[in-house]
Order: sequence, then C-alpha cells, then structure tokens
Amino acid sequence: MAYERKFKIGEPILEVNNISLAFGGVKAITDTSFNVLEHEVRAIIGPNGAGKSSMLNCINGIYKPQQGTVSFKGKEIPNITPNIMAQMGLSRTFQNLALFKRMSVLDNILVGRKLHTKTNFIEVALQLPKVKKEEKANRDRSEEIISFLEIEDIKDTPVGKLPYGLQKKVELGRALATDSSIILLDEPMAGMNVEEKRDMCRFILKVNDELGTTMVLIEHDMGVVMDISDRVVVLDYGKVIGDGTPDEIMANQKVIDAYLGVEH
Amino acid sequence: MKPVFMTYAKKDLINLAICMVLSVIIIPTFIKTEYWYTSILIPWLCLALATIGQQIVMGYTGQLALGAAGFMAAGAFAMFNLILRVPELGFIGSLAVSGLIAAAFGILFGLPSLKVRGIYLMVATLASQFFIIWMIDKFGWFKNYDSSGIITAQDIVILGKPFTTPLAMYFVCLAVTAVLTLLAMNMARGSTGRNWMAVRDMDIAAESMGVSLLKTKVQAFAISAFYCGVAGALFAFCYLKSLEPVAFDIKLSFKILFMCILGGLGTINGAFIGAAFILLFPVLLNSVGNNVFHGAIDATIISSIEQVIFGLLMIIFMIYEPLGMAKLWENLKQKFSSKLTSSNIKNLKSSLSKKF
Repeated sequence: MAYERKFKIGEPILEVNNISLAFGGVKAITDTSFNVLEHEVRAIIGPNGAGKSSMLNCINGIYKPQQGTVSFKGKEIPNITPNIMAQMGLSRTFQNLALFKRMSVLDNILVGRKLHTKTNFIEVALQLPKVKKEEKANRDRSEEIISFLEIEDIKDTPVGKLPYGLQKKVELGRALATDSSIILLDEPMAGMNVEEKRDMCRFILKVNDELGTTMVLIEHDMGVVMDISDRVVVLDYGKVIGDGTPDEIMANQKVIDAYLGVEH
Repeated sequence: MKPVFMTYAKKDLINLAICMVLSVIIIPTFIKTEYWYTSILIPWLCLALATIGQQIVMGYTGQLALGAAGFMAAGAFAMFNLILRVPELGFIGSLAVSGLIAAAFGILFGLPSLKVRGIYLMVATLASQFFIIWMIDKFGWFKNYDSSGIITAQDIVILGKPFTTPLAMYFVCLAVTAVLTLLAMNMARGSTGRNWMAVRDMDIAAESMGVSLLKTKVQAFAISAFYCGVAGALFAFCYLKSLEPVAFDIKLSFKILFMCILGGLGTINGAFIGAAFILLFPVLLNSVGNNVFHGAIDATIISSIEQVIFGLLMIIFMIYEPLGMAKLWENLKQKFSSKLTSSNIKNLKSSLSKKF
C-alpha cells in the first residue's frame, strides 16, 4: 500500500526503559523496554495476564513501577502521576470503561477539555464573558468530536444507559477531546461485533492520519492489530518477546509459541 | 448545528421569573401571618442554602461529608463577632467574611477526603461538627464572655436601615439565597460542576483527563462550607435571633443530610424541595394530629411517627429513586408537558373541528 502519510513517522516520543512492576510477590512486568515513535500506531499484544494493562498504567502513572523510567517527549518523568502526564499531552482510555456514568455524553467529552479550560470557579460562578467564550469554544470542539464519532443522536443521554460499544466510542471521544499528542487505548474493541470493530479501526486510523496523534493500543484481535498498526510489541509473562512490524511479528517463532503453546 | 447551550436557556429565564414573582410579589401580598415568615419561610430559605452547600460536596463531588451544622455554627459565630468587633464591615460584608471563615474550616476539614472515602470520610468530617462547637464553647471570646449561654443576635442593619420585621428579614434571606443559588447553578452547570461530577463518578479517569483531585475536592469543601457558613449566619440572625452552639448540633447536620438525599442528590432545586419537605412535614403531621384526631394522639408519639416516616422515606428513595424528589418533579413535568403537546392538542383540534 503505497500511500503518502501526512504525518511522517518520526523520532521516539515515548520511551519505556527497564520497567519492573510487582504486586507483592507477583511479578507483573520484568525489565521491559520499548519505544513509541511519533505519529505511529503502536500495538501491544500478548496473552491474558501478560502485563499489557499494567504497562499502560505504569506509563500513565496509575501504578508506580519499582524499577525503570518513562521518558516522554525526550524528558525523563521522575514522579509520574496521571495528572502530570495529562498536562504533558498524554491521554488514555481504560479497559473496563472509566466513564462518568451519571453525566451525559456531551458532558463526558467536555471533561476531556479540562486542560483547555483556564477560568476559575469564581469566574464560572459569575459567568464572565470570557467564561462564556471559553465554554463555547470547548462545546464547539466537543460537538465536532461527537459528529466525527457519529454519536450525535445520543449526546444528551447519560453514559451509564448506553450499550457497551457506544460507551467505548464515548471514551475514545473523551480522550480525543484533550487534543493530546499521544493516546493510549486499552482494548478499544473488546466486546464489539465486527461492524463496530471496523468503525473503531476507521476512527483510530482517521485520527492518526488527520491529526497525527500517536496511538498506542492493546488489542486481542490479531486481524485488527496486524491491519492497523505500524509496529507491534509482544509481551508474555511481563517480558518483551517480540518487537517489530506486523510481518516480522507473524514470523517470530517465540510469538507463535506464546500464542499457540509449545511442546516441552 | 443546534445553538450552543449557554448557561441561561429561555426555559431557565421563565423559571427564574416565575420564582421571582412568586417570592417577591405573591407571597408578601397574600401571606400576612407572621408565623409563616418566622417559622416556615425564613428557616426554609436558610436551610435550603445550607443544603445547597451539602449538595455541592455530597451530591456533586460525591464526598460523603457530615458536618454542615458545624460550618453553620462557624458562620453564625463569625457573624456575631464581626458585627461586634468590626462594625465597619456592615451586615453584607460581615456575611461574606463569615462565609469565608467557614470556608477556611471547610478546607481544613476537607483535607481527609484526599486519603479516605465513603463511610470513613463521613466519620472524619464529623470532627468538624464536634471541633467547631467545642471551640466555641471552650473559648469565651467567641461568645464575648457571655455567661448565660444564649446570646441575643444583633439587629440587622443594612445601609443604615433596620431590618427587624419578619417580612424585612424574609427579604434579606430571600435576596442572599437567590444570589447564592444563581451562583451555585452557574458553577454546577459550568466547567466547575463538570470537574466535581467527574471526581464523583470516576476519580481515576478524572485525574487522567487533568482534573486535579486535590484541588477539586478542597474547592468543593470550601465552597460547601461557605454556603453553610452564610446559611448559618442567616439562620442565627433571622430565624433564631440568638446564638447558641446547641442549636447547631449533630441533629441539624443530619437534618440537612436528609434534605439533601430526599431532595435529590446532585440537584440544586432538590435542595429547596428537600428543605421544604423536611420543614413542612412535621407541621402537617401536627395539624393532622390536632384536627383529625383532636389531640387524641400524644405529641411525643407524633414526633416519633415523624422520625419513622423520614427513615422509611430515606430507604424508599435510596432504593427506588436515588435522584430524589427533584427527579419525581422532573418526571411529573415531563409527563404533563408531553400530554399537553401530543394528545391534548390533537384532542383539542379534533373537538374544535367537530364543533365548527
């Protein structure tokens, strides 16, 4: 497929160096390193319990790894918290959906605009003109995202009442609303049917293509992973067992063994 | 694309106008008995304001706090001391500063919310209730070394004019409550309220979107305590007309909690509905006892029945309608308006066409 990318894949934007994470005696991740290049679609795959979600949680600052560092945009981040990473331009979705259930779809996406909201609560209480201006700008951007994701008809519905597939879309929308340079997607297509998966792939590729947003995704559907990602890293038992383009991964004996099992 | 929803839609302006006409013109012209002002309308406004405070921290931010009456006491005694010692501030100035003093206590007692949650936070916030009352009792300075235990509140004077009649005090309470309610609605609907609700619904996700948990929680506690403080000052100066720490005991905190839950968590109008219900229900029960049973039922039994019914209602609402009476009211309005728009108009049209 020879097509010209608007945003050429560039230098590493995110580097994970020698991360080790253990919960008590259980080692989730052991000495893992990989990088993510700017503007690429990077997939993390691996069998259940391989440490994929833990990896994202380490990058995002929800878990504190015992060893290793995370560098983002060329800087090593010493005390990672979700808040610091958000401010630096990293957004994410969650495996088990972490939406604001009692808020409407539009409000959920508007929370994603938090870092583009500069007015304080006193100004909001008094509804100063600059608050109205800012609110309008944020709402316009959110409406744009809502129409991009084709969820206009549900935008005033409380998110908790929506089916799973739509909730996944809303979560992607919320991550998009942050205008982050990198988005981590934790199983964005879990529990979806073929059609919904195709839609989701389309959205991910379109965002990557049009906005140049770097995408890191965890996914179990191999067909999807091989189709949409530029490079794939394979984890098994918390260790990297393969890293490369989809073709390389498919030819990697270790990966095949991990997935199909091996005779001892 | 539909026009962007800015804070005031047409519907809101109509509601506002109705409330204003009702409270400023209709109530003062038709209600002449002092009893209604001194015993129902004034405490209703004060407690509704305190309930808005409770709503902000509990209904919107999801922090289970129980100490509203403590902050009310802080506001009331701050008001007393400010008028006594800094008379230059004036009534409104003192009211604002006493709110700020209560807000400072709110920040202090809101800090545990960063580490504990749920029922444990509730226990931790009880500290505010007991600490503030203890402090006022312990140090005579707060009561201006009054030995009687009950201090008479100073008269309300705004811009040189005394506000001492029940009607005048009603207007003072109304003005303060109206302004603060509007501000609360603006916050709740704007980005501030969205941050609160994001923290309430899923704190990890909120943090990942850049919402600071520390800032949001402490902010909610501060604003909540500000509302409670102002409400407490009004409660002491317009309703009780005296200051005693006992008036702000844990029972009042629970009362405000009930108002908040019955009214509907996470709604501003629910604060008014809940406060009205909790205040009016005992009055209704008493009059039923007196007029229907002609005093055959003992007054103590009536007040016990009241507690039983409140408890039952709490359970029923928690199970069947967690969003409280505000949601019931909303449903009722929707039913009414949909009937009006679809079937009624059709019927009306068909009946008209038959006639002519």
